[in-house]
Amino acid sequence: MAKKLIGDPIDRIDGDLKVTGRARYSADMKRPDMVYGVLVMSSIGNGRIRSFDTAETLKMPGVLTVMSYGNAPKVAGINKNKPSEVATDRVMSLFQDNKVHYNNQPIAMVIADTFEHAVDGAARVKVTYESQKPKPPLPAGRNNTFTPERLPRYDDQVDTKRGNLKAGLSGASTKVTETYTTPTQTHNALEPHALIAYWEGEKLTMYNATQGVSGVQKRISELFGMPKENVRVIAQFVGGGFGSKGATWSHVMLAPMAAKLVGKPVKLVLMREHMFGMVGWRSSTVQKMVVGTKKDGEFTALSHDTISQTSAFDEFAEPAGTISRMMYASPNMESTHRLIRANIGTPSAMRAPGEAPGVFALESVVDEVAYAINMDPIALRLKNYAETDPHKNLPFSSKSLRECYQQGAERFGWAKRTPEPRSMREGNELIGMGMASSIYPVNRAESTALVRIKPDGKVQVETGTQDIGTGTYTVMTQVAADVLGLSPDDVTLSAGDTRFPESTTSGGSRTTASTGSAVTQAAQAVLKQAKQLAYKDKRSPLFNVAEAEIVAENGRLQTKSDPRQGETFVSLLKRNGSKPLEAKMLSKSADEKDNYSLNAFGSIFAEVRIDEALGRIRVSRMIGTFAAGRILNAKTARSQILGGMIWGVSMALLEDTLIDPRTGRVMNPNLAEYHVPVNADIEEIDGFFIEEKDETVNPAGVKGIGEIGVVGSVSAIANAVYHATGKRIRDLPITLEKVLDYR
Amino acid sequence: MKSFDYVAVTKPADAVRLMEPQFRFIAGGTNLVDLMKYEIERPDRLIDISRLPLDRIETTDAGIRIGALARNSDVAADPAITRQFPLLAEALLAGASPQLRNMATMGGNLMQRTRCYYFYDATQPCNKREPGSGCGAIGGFNRIHAILGTSEGAAKTQCIATNPSDMNVALSALDAIVQVTGPKGTRAIPVIDFHRLPGDTPERDTVLEANELITGLDLPKPAIPGKSYYLKVRDRASYAFAVVSVATRLAVENGRIQDVRIALGGVAHKPWRIVEVEKNMVGKAATEETFRAAAQQLVAGAKPHEHNAFKVQLAQSAIVRALQTVATS
Ligand SMILES: Cc1cc2nc3c(=O)[nH]c(=O)nc-3n(C[C@H](O)[C@H](O)[C@H](O)COP(=O)(O)OP(=O)(O)OC[C@H]3O[C@@H](n4cnc5c(N)ncnc54)[C@H](O)[C@@H]3O)c2cc1C
Ligand code: SF4
Repeated sequence: MAKKLIGDPIDRIDGDLKVTGRARYSADMKRPDMVYGVLVMSSIGNGRIRSFDTAETLKMPGVLTVMSYGNAPKVAGINKNKPSEVATDRVMSLFQDNKVHYNNQPIAMVIADTFEHAVDGAARVKVTYESQKPKPPLPAGRNNTFTPERLPRYDDQVDTKRGNLKAGLSGASTKVTETYTTPTQTHNALEPHALIAYWEGEKLTMYNATQGVSGVQKRISELFGMPKENVRVIAQFVGGGFGSKGATWSHVMLAPMAAKLVGKPVKLVLMREHMFGMVGWRSSTVQKMVVGTKKDGEFTALSHDTISQTSAFDEFAEPAGTISRMMYASPNMESTHRLIRANIGTPSAMRAPGEAPGVFALESVVDEVAYAINMDPIALRLKNYAETDPHKNLPFSSKSLRECYQQGAERFGWAKRTPEPRSMREGNELIGMGMASSIYPVNRAESTALVRIKPDGKVQVETGTQDIGTGTYTVMTQVAADVLGLSPDDVTLSAGDTRFPESTTSGGSRTTASTGSAVTQAAQAVLKQAKQLAYKDKRSPLFNVAEAEIVAENGRLQTKSDPRQGETFVSLLKRNGSKPLEAKMLSKSADEKDNYSLNAFGSIFAEVRIDEALGRIRVSRMIGTFAAGRILNAKTARSQILGGMIWGVSMALLEDTLIDPRTGRVMNPNLAEYHVPVNADIEEIDGFFIEEKDETVNPAGVKGIGEIGVVGSVSAIANAVYHATGKRIRDLPITLEKVLDYR
Repeated sequence: MKSFDYVAVTKPADAVRLMEPQFRFIAGGTNLVDLMKYEIERPDRLIDISRLPLDRIETTDAGIRIGALARNSDVAADPAITRQFPLLAEALLAGASPQLRNMATMGGNLMQRTRCYYFYDATQPCNKREPGSGCGAIGGFNRIHAILGTSEGAAKTQCIATNPSDMNVALSALDAIVQVTGPKGTRAIPVIDFHRLPGDTPERDTVLEANELITGLDLPKPAIPGKSYYLKVRDRASYAFAVVSVATRLAVENGRIQDVRIALGGVAHKPWRIVEVEKNMVGKAATEETFRAAAQQLVAGAKPHEHNAFKVQLAQSAIVRALQTVATS
């Protein structure tokens, strides 16, 4: 069997299962005697529940009970249900009191023998409230902000200062000050949040659609006040999360509470409209940018002040200013983050949290500066290129942004662009070309993996990661196969279950860097054991060969100099009692973060075609070029960046959660009215990688690629819209009326 | 969703006979089932009419008759339709998605309800859903709402909803006739009279009585054949309702307009047509100037709200573009 190499475009190992419908997601699971929960949601934005009238519901056939603040099991660890330093530990609504903090908050659950009975029963629950006027979200309240305790990533400061902004601005020949606004966006993963929870005595098992089985295990056990070992969380397949399944939200506690109350397994699947509020969203932002520049384009000052919104009962600050701190070599830089409180569900991380809205503002204002001083936008970026990280004052472990600009410009045909706005046209359409930088920091967390070489020469990898649709399962088998000189077909993976060694949450593009490093290290450790076994074994052809001389290839251990001198894992293990070899490794960052700034970079080039009379905007071409360390699988990697770029189109042109300020209610909570792109919106799109060898960044040599595709795409499109029309749209999404020609 | 009874019928007469105020006909179900899920419709019983033998597309002396249960995708692909009434095929294909069009019927499409956000949310005031409760869209999100023919008098009857259908706009420009049967017999209703403006009774979308069944649609052969075009402006390239749309038919000879129809979607409670404006265009030169003047007259008196003022301009540009497209094709 031909060995498949790292980087090859290998098909997903779960592809067949998924396209044939055999992959079983959390909501596909069944338990004997299982009953169904359906949530009742608040219909006011602020106040208290005065009463529930459940008489009609309880009379319905099949209805077991209605769980609400009157009868919900008390939560032993309720003191843990408070704003936390851990970004994924959010305050939940657990029916412990009668407060309503936002519209569409879960306030009760109807539990019945069938889904249909539960749905019908939920509609018949009558609620009366003591209602107060809800505090509206942004743009209201922007003059009444407060400083957040922290940003979601523990090492990001809330405010920063470098040099002297004022002095920098007074030394500038041109100053650009603009405010950019972005809307509330809702993740809308295709798979709804869903779980099945059941108790066996003191032990709780949950099939749960989550980005982090171990995070859920920890959070649920601490809230129930029980040992972690008593909670098992399984997420065999997850249909997308984008951050919304990264935190443990209310429903993940409510289902096991309900299961306890009725003494049966409970299945709870959120309806699409329930997922607008209670499972997080990307906060709306108001971002003020100031750039001072000399005539030759050298930045003398840069500032980035962000206002975002949080809920009335928890705190999450969208970290939009963090990239501006380090992207350009401006000697003077200030950034702040402020919050307003509104009666809304708590915002959370959404694919490229902070980076997506923040870089939209940053790379838009840089484009505005380029026009203000009449300079090519790439030349301006190169003029201010940060050779080292000016914020951390550290060298980059690797940075190939220059190459990304250059190769992207070439592929795109940037030279054909005439810089003057409105200067390119074809038929009824104005043509615009825009570009922007992309970036995403490398995150890494602790992960553990076990690798076992079995007597039949096959390899088993166990790690409690989960595959949220990115291809993690495929890539983990590739990593192990690569170290052990096998084909990925010889490796099986056990994952998606807290029974396996603890692994990090899949978020912040960190899975491959974290769990991939753990698998790499565990595979290296077990390989070392195998080598030792061989060179210490008199009967082995490798007896007494130096360890460094032995390599693993094609299921064999052999010497570097003579591949014929060696033996297969099978024969080695057979002679040594047919026992498997295994190694378990906990992998975590060493001091690389103290000594280097770790980031993936990229460039995005976009072409738009705009029919001004009709306001129609098409993204006719888009090219992304990225440098993100070692690429383990060309196919899954390309899917990640194209998916990210399509998210960029979506954020630039379509997405908008309409929260009515009068009621705090979302008015478009469904996929017919909350728009994301369809196939017809995506024309020519392609993504490329520049291979980067970075041995510092982590043992796997990888940087995250899950989010970087989104980051620069938004501003590349907005900049292209300006180039096409001469209209600078600073308020997303760029809908048709914003470019419509009024005569 | 409330639990309900279900009965399937095979004869139109049975459908009419079994109908009661708390019951609903269900055809493709693509709109009704959504409305039931959102508790906007809470019927006690569904009368399934999808098996009625009313799905044929027949050529008659006067034109074409389409059964009310013909599927949107079948009609759009029918050779007689694409040859004689391409405008209808274009409008159907501009709507929804292939999966929805495979289920959706002609009768159901005629009867589909507005997409007003407040109508769809049972916790919000809405005079159309709950007469007298007020209008959530006024003072709320009204980007997708009407600018023409709205009802803005007493708070208890205000309504600025639009009819969301693409098909209906084409049918209006084609002078289609709706065939109906009910307890009192059959009647034929020109489509331009079938949908109504909200007036004092925004709860009524059409003139159809609750116990009447739509049996078919007649498309009359136009006296002067011309060319047609359906222009749909929407927020994404597919699978989105029209922000504004234009269905137009135009016959030009020697540069002069012989006959013209212009129907607008996305701007009113019904497809918006002003027959007078069309009549006045006859005999005039088929130029941008004429088109622009007509466009202006069509939106005269528009009354925009906070988020939809752009539609006044957009509708005019779309009319001009649509007419130019036909004139130069
Ligand atoms: C996500 C989504 C996107 C869509 N996008 C578009 C779009 O872009 N453009 C567009 O035009 N449409 C669009 N639609 C709407 C679609 O065209 C309608 O849902 C469809 O035409 C309804 O037909 P149906 O047969 O399924 O009707 P049903 O849902 O079965 O019925 C709808 C109503 O009509 C009544 N009814 C049905 N048949 C008869 C009859 N013969 N006599 C009397 N009453 C009858 C029913 O009682 C019910 O009240 C979209 C729908 C969805 C869900
Ligand atoms: S516009 Fe009409 S449908 Fe919409 S809320 Fe007002 S009354 Fe209801």
